[in-house]
Amino acid sequence: MSFLTLTDITKSFGANTVVRGFDLAVEKGEFISFLGPSGCGKTTVLRMVAGFETPSSGRIAVEGRDVTALPASKRRIGMVFQAYALFPNMTVAQNVAFGLKIAGMERAAIRARVAEMLELIALGHLAGRYPYQLSGGQQQRVALARALAPKPDLLLLDEPLSALDAKIRVSLRDDIRAIQRELGITTIFVTHDQEEALSISDRVVVMHQGRADQTGSPAEIYNRPATRFVAGFVGHLNTFDAHVGRSGTLFFGGRSFPGIVPEMREGTRLTVALRPEALALAPRGPGDLQIGGTVIDTNFLGSVIRARVRIAGISVAADMFNQSGAAAVPAPGAEAALWFSRDDLLVLPARADA
Amino acid sequence: MRRVPVLSWLAALLAAAYFLVPLYATFKFSLQMKRGELSFESYRSVLSSDLFLQVLGFSAMASLAAIVLGILLVVPTAYWVRLKLPGLRPLTEFLSLMPLIIPPVVLVFGYVRIYGTGSVLPLTMTEAGTNLLLVIGYTVLSLPYMYRAVDNGMAAIDIATLTEAAESLGASRLRTVATVIFPNIRSAIVSGAFLTFSISLGEFVVTSLLSRPGFGPYMVQIGQDYAYQPAAIAIMAFAFTWICMVLMELFATARPGQGPFRRRKGKKG
Ligand SMILES: Nc1ncnc2c1ncn2[C@@H]1O[C@H](COP(=O)(O)OP(=O)(O)OP(=O)(O)O)[C@@H](O)[C@H]1O
Ligand SMILES: [Mg+2]
Repeated sequence: MSFLTLTDITKSFGANTVVRGFDLAVEKGEFISFLGPSGCGKTTVLRMVAGFETPSSGRIAVEGRDVTALPASKRRIGMVFQAYALFPNMTVAQNVAFGLKIAGMERAAIRARVAEMLELIALGHLAGRYPYQLSGGQQQRVALARALAPKPDLLLLDEPLSALDAKIRVSLRDDIRAIQRELGITTIFVTHDQEEALSISDRVVVMHQGRADQTGSPAEIYNRPATRFVAGFVGHLNTFDAHVGRSGTLFFGGRSFPGIVPEMREGTRLTVALRPEALALAPRGPGDLQIGGTVIDTNFLGSVIRARVRIAGISVAADMFNQSGAAAVPAPGAEAALWFSRDDLLVLPARADA
Repeated sequence: MRRVPVLSWLAALLAAAYFLVPLYATFKFSLQMKRGELSFESYRSVLSSDLFLQVLGFSAMASLAAIVLGILLVVPTAYWVRLKLPGLRPLTEFLSLMPLIIPPVVLVFGYVRIYGTGSVLPLTMTEAGTNLLLVIGYTVLSLPYMYRAVDNGMAAIDIATLTEAAESLGASRLRTVATVIFPNIRSAIVSGAFLTFSISLGEFVVTSLLSRPGFGPYMVQIGQDYAYQPAAIAIMAFAFTWICMVLMELFATARPGQGPFRRRKGKKG
């Protein structure tokens, strides 16, 4: 049995349904991310797990126990907010001690636990400071310590890194993951940043218009997106309208590729997609397939160089590693052939039902 | 070379004179009770008057009661509206401003009619009932200021998120309000309280129409009967108001945890 189960959750605000038919099973100790664009309902689902919102229908259970109607204060959750939400009238130590005091812990035990938590976030020297005397990154660490101090069953984080600058964002996210592993606490992390989600999660739930479009490991989400939306949202994607000809021949990008979709019926319309990194200027293996067009321009992105190539009227991005000995970067206006492996070709439903 | 903004200075001086000259004149006059010398005789005379202390005590008590009532009324209302019924904010704001639109005379006549002899709840029949009406009247008159102060205090902190943070840590609603919300809007409440106090203490219309032995009616009476003492009272009232303003300023700008009444704690290593 899963640790946390959400069964057929629906949430409406008035006539506006923002979460529909949401199912999720989280194992104990798992780190799950909700990923999706703004307004897709990530926060709403998280708040229902926390107990701040009540589902319009559906069931939430922790270890098989129905908690759907339980108030937030009884759910034993730790919550970290985008805006830190430290209590301004309390010092760092008092903030961390807050949940312990409410749990009725002994003074000495509280002191020990607070010290332990501050050590965990490496801020022991700031115990006597007030929140306004801390940087954003420090405040968010304290918020994490405060949430974890009472040993909650679940840790919920709603875009905890969005208000921080890029460097801190990366280091704090790694710290969060390290602490989560150390404590083995079941965690849900909300973000709209795909890199964040893919880099620290055991599993990612990609949300779109109130639904879970796909739930899977970061590699599954990236390499085998289930829907056109997931494919487009996670990473850059070149998409082509395609159709199937006689005996599994696939037509797209102005070319035909005989026999590569033998299971498809003739006349089927679909979308095929290729990641920029799946396209190369030279074949990388036997049986690689090829499309071609005119180079529009090239962009230097640091570790990779991205070329944009016009193929059958659309602009297609192809990434090359920036390394010595790599093939020469083509000049704008030149003809270029782009090679890819059949395995990298994503076959998705056609646009209409995306 | 920098040009001295002569006109601006002149205007400022003129404006200052408008209120400094009468203040100075009143102060000087209040010192002249003894012929031919400057003395604090009029102040001594006022402060040693039993009646003065009595009315001041009465008005201070009524004002304090109005502060308590105002806090009990406004803090939970403003909190609840901000937290659960944000759509109602324009309405509560408008209601809180009503006392500025409705003259106190209208208010007090309304009270007398509704709670007078022969009504369902004849509060004006008893001393205690009338005092209660007085306190309610003071609370209503200072409502715009109290509500403003508290609501601004709540706007300065993220009420909703702080409440949720406290709840996720297991705190009940009451505990959240007492340990998280209240301490963080304390300075706002205190400035609302000082405003209430300065409005209620010398209030005339409601106090005299309910014929309560308050400070406002006393001042008017003294003004008719004596020469020097009213000047002394005016100066004292002025000084008192300023002290209130300074205290309010101190509280309003205090950072959490370093307010004027901060509990001193030993530095922890
Ligand atoms: N209390 C509410 N009343 C009415 N509508 C709401 C309420 N809370 C959320 N919504 C609506 O529900 C939808 C989903 O909101 P939600 O906050 O869950 O999105 P999100 O995925 O967290 O987006 P973001 O990345 O911007 O935080 C939005 O269209 C929002 O307007
Ligand atoms: Mg959100």
